[in-house]
Amino acid sequence: MRLRNPLANAHNHGSAGHGLSHWWAQRFSAIGLVFLTVWLLWALGSLVGASHAEAAALLGHPFHAAMAILFVVAGVYHGQLGLQVVIEDYFDSHLIETTALIAVRFLSIIGGLLAVIAILKLALGV
Amino acid sequence: MVTDNRPLSPHLQVYRPQLTTVMSISHRISGILLSLGMVVVVLWVLALASGPEAFERINSLLATPIGLIAMLVWSFSLFYHLLNGIRHLLWDAGWLLDLRGAYASGWIVLAASVVMTAIVWGGLL
Repeated sequence: MRLRNPLANAHNHGSAGHGLSHWWAQRFSAIGLVFLTVWLLWALGSLVGASHAEAAALLGHPFHAAMAILFVVAGVYHGQLGLQVVIEDYFDSHLIETTALIAVRFLSIIGGLLAVIAILKLALGV
Repeated sequence: MVTDNRPLSPHLQVYRPQLTTVMSISHRISGILLSLGMVVVVLWVLALASGPEAFERINSLLATPIGLIAMLVWSFSLFYHLLNGIRHLLWDAGWLLDLRGAYASGWIVLAASVVMTAIVWGGLL
């Protein structure tokens, strides 16, 4: 007879891990992106046909620079969370799955950082 | 992969495609496309920060037929993922979970995505 509670065996084996926080992070970033997409649509409308000086001035404005950074960071984060689920669902090979997960994370961090630095450069005029 | 004899879900191929299932996988596909689009967004912002020459170069790339088609697909994916994402959030809140609500909201999302894409591109042309 085992006196160990079945729950103790389940803990830290799969579904008792980080699923809930991942779920919330995906929803939290989704709600933010609903509002940021409204800004994005306005910004894209203003940027169509804009010259380099006009586009740089728009994204260099403190408010629009802040919105652009929030959009890129929230977008890349939300995309990383989504791609993670897709990769976890469809890849059978543990090696390929792990490699893809690491690649997506690295690319997200690099892409997000590049965009943030580019927008800051426009906003700070350096 | 471990090949034990655990029961399998019924194969997807035996099901007739339904609005709900097609929209479910389309949400994932549009999300993947938007992630690819984010690469272009990052490159575009980098080009803008690099100066007028790089800015002209990426804009002329986007103005090619392939670039325009990519932006058309991107804009539809954006509207679809945005509206269907709101539909998912409503489901998470416990709304529209009956068959009627799921189908009605599905058709609304599809129609609104097409209309919004048409409005954006109609305004540009």
